[in-house]
Amino acid sequence: MKRRILSALLTVSMVASMLVGCGSAAAPAADAAAPATEEAKADDAAPAADAAASDEGKVINIYCWNDEFRTRVEAIYDKVVETNEDGTVTTLTDGTEIHWVVNPNQDGVYQQKLDEALMNQATAAADDKVDIFLSEADYVYKYTDAEADVAIPLTDLGIDPDTDLANQYSFTKVTASDQNGVQRGSTWQCCPGVLVYRRDIAKEVFGTDDPTEVGEKLKDWATMKNTAEELKAAGYYVLASYADTFRLYGNSIANPWVSPGETSIKVDPQIMDWISSSKEWLDAGYFDPAVKGQWNDDWNKDMGSASKVFAFLFPAWGIDFVVKPNWDGAEGSWGVTNPPSSYNWGGSYVHACAGSDNLGYAKDIILAMTANEDNLIKISKDYSDFTNNQAAMQKAASDDSFSSDFLGGQNPFTYFSPVAEGIQMAPLSAYDQGCVELIQSSFSDYFQGQVDFEKAKENFETGIKERYPDITEVVWP
Amino acid sequence: MNKKKSISYAKWGYIFILPFFISFFIFSLIPLADTIRLSFYEYYRATLKIVGPNYVGFQNYKELLSSDMLVYAKNTAILWIIGFIPQIVIALLLASWFADIRMKIRGAQVFKVIIYLPNIIMASAFAMLFFTLFSTNGPVNSILLQMGVVTKAIDFMGTPFGVRSLVATMNFLMWFGNSTIMLMAAIMGISPDVVEAAEIDGCNGYKRFFYITLPMIRPILTYSLIVSMIGGLQMFDVPQILTNGQGNPDRTTMTLIMFLNKHLRANNYGMAGALSVYLFIVSGILCFIVYKITMDDDKTGTKAEEKAKKKREKERLKQMKKEGK
Repeated sequence: MKRRILSALLTVSMVASMLVGCGSAAAPAADAAAPATEEAKADDAAPAADAAASDEGKVINIYCWNDEFRTRVEAIYDKVVETNEDGTVTTLTDGTEIHWVVNPNQDGVYQQKLDEALMNQATAAADDKVDIFLSEADYVYKYTDAEADVAIPLTDLGIDPDTDLANQYSFTKVTASDQNGVQRGSTWQCCPGVLVYRRDIAKEVFGTDDPTEVGEKLKDWATMKNTAEELKAAGYYVLASYADTFRLYGNSIANPWVSPGETSIKVDPQIMDWISSSKEWLDAGYFDPAVKGQWNDDWNKDMGSASKVFAFLFPAWGIDFVVKPNWDGAEGSWGVTNPPSSYNWGGSYVHACAGSDNLGYAKDIILAMTANEDNLIKISKDYSDFTNNQAAMQKAASDDSFSSDFLGGQNPFTYFSPVAEGIQMAPLSAYDQGCVELIQSSFSDYFQGQVDFEKAKENFETGIKERYPDITEVVWP
Repeated sequence: MNKKKSISYAKWGYIFILPFFISFFIFSLIPLADTIRLSFYEYYRATLKIVGPNYVGFQNYKELLSSDMLVYAKNTAILWIIGFIPQIVIALLLASWFADIRMKIRGAQVFKVIIYLPNIIMASAFAMLFFTLFSTNGPVNSILLQMGVVTKAIDFMGTPFGVRSLVATMNFLMWFGNSTIMLMAAIMGISPDVVEAAEIDGCNGYKRFFYITLPMIRPILTYSLIVSMIGGLQMFDVPQILTNGQGNPDRTTMTLIMFLNKHLRANNYGMAGALSVYLFIVSGILCFIVYKITMDDDKTGTKAEEKAKKKREKERLKQMKKEGK
């Protein structure tokens, strides 16, 4: 029996690592290029790092959840010599080795491993200490917390966020800051969400597949509801699942799930709106009733040509990473337009870890990955990421060479950029990942009519208290 | 006569069993004691801060009793029972067929291997396979739709009945081979004399099964019942993977170990310890029953008769006394 449990856990982690690309950050649909303006700045930074590097430890331990960060570092960091075959060790020019410690993100596994390492940080041998770690938008707050003090403030590293990271989208800087406004991490990607729709369905139902005209039909929730009715009459669903719209509501909450210093969860009225509209829309037949949540087989199938689903809500990475592999119809069948409200989804933040003996390299890598415009453009070009540089992305928006064949020749950057600028980052708490996961799964039963509203609330309370033993109560609006 | 010093081989016996006891001590006994100790403490991790350990007495135990633990115990019992009944029935049937020399089943060995095969597949892989097969747009639904058996796709994963039956089916498929092999061994252990004697007296197959086979394999049958019960108590992998750890819908497929796993995920060692102790007690009771069954104190099978005899004797003496008065 023990063996069975062990094998189960191994499989869970294997599956989770297969799926991890989905939920987390990822590879987007952009082909950006823009002139460099920050070369000089990056050059300035490099010698300083070299000087620091000479008396640094020989091993840099980087904690992350997939090979995304590694491939990007290999591509743009000029000190990289080679990576061994299984991708666990990357050698740099001065013989320093980067050791990649990879654990899947799903179900909190990555955080568990990272937390353990952080707990032992003080007593670990110099070469075993965590030097750099990554965090996702859903739980970045837990690690940037000033009290926990595990992520070093950028200014202590010698990075001035105001000048070095001047071109970054401001919401990414806010997200990576602690409660006192001190920035403790930086990201190379920015994940503005858009609406991806089927052009063939648009033509059939609306008589046009033009992004502007389709966008007009989806400009806000009320208009979108009428459009959904129109689609329903023609036998289509406007979206696949109630979980698809969650980020749009969840990102406009006014107060964090858990206020600093409190042990009660306050459910925001926006979340209640999501619950009531999801129930209404599902009962009205605007969503595909066969799909429960996201990242499952039924959901993926709805991106195929046989599906009756009109649109999906995705950031840049979703188009390339999720829709494209599931689409089996003709090239150019999808289009991109504005979502009913601005939102973002995902994003990987890079932090230098307190207690690290490789701070020079940490600074160097953070600057190279998140501040150097040339590098960011290269990432955009090679990996179609929507990168965290306002100037470059604005240029991409008006450059026709970024148009995508998959999107029927449309340049998606024209829609990404305005969304990115309009993003108001929701107030974060360290409990976000659990709250987001559990509110969706608890109310899933309610949407499908398995339980009543009160029971769903109760299930959420039970689940959240299990996940976070320090939570004492849940306050409903 | 001088007492000759004998050569003791006993120490080798102790040396040979030593590795087991050392590893048992390190990997089982210490963690067990530690679990019990921790169950009396408030000890968990809140984000990056560790709370405790603070001694709280029986608070964790009380809290568990007021939580949904008993509901999960009920879920576990239901999942186990609806999987176990078909399992033991089919296993009995197959075992008596395979063990029956007169049936002359060809390639019996091949079948024995085949029915055992599902047990070799990892439970988690099996659960994922079922998850895909029975998804709303999955192959099972499309076959049913195309054959016209149903008009609308069945939502297997959406109803407690659907998910529970899937879990039970999986457990049944995985374990009926195992039970068959075990019961077959028991049936083959029945002395052929008894069977032959019965047949000479004109006993048919049906009667042979109910009046000879079944009573003779009762100890093994009880043993497999208890072992399966202990296994069922620890049911985890299949429902965990099938429902993505949520026990959906409405937590109706949340088993006790999945509940334990939830506490462990939250690094809530105190609560997880208390729950483990509860499980330990229940398993302990079940183990004791197995022990009672296997440690046969009635080797000649005449104990009941002797008891009755004694009673009769006593009564006779009483009677005599009465009459004597």
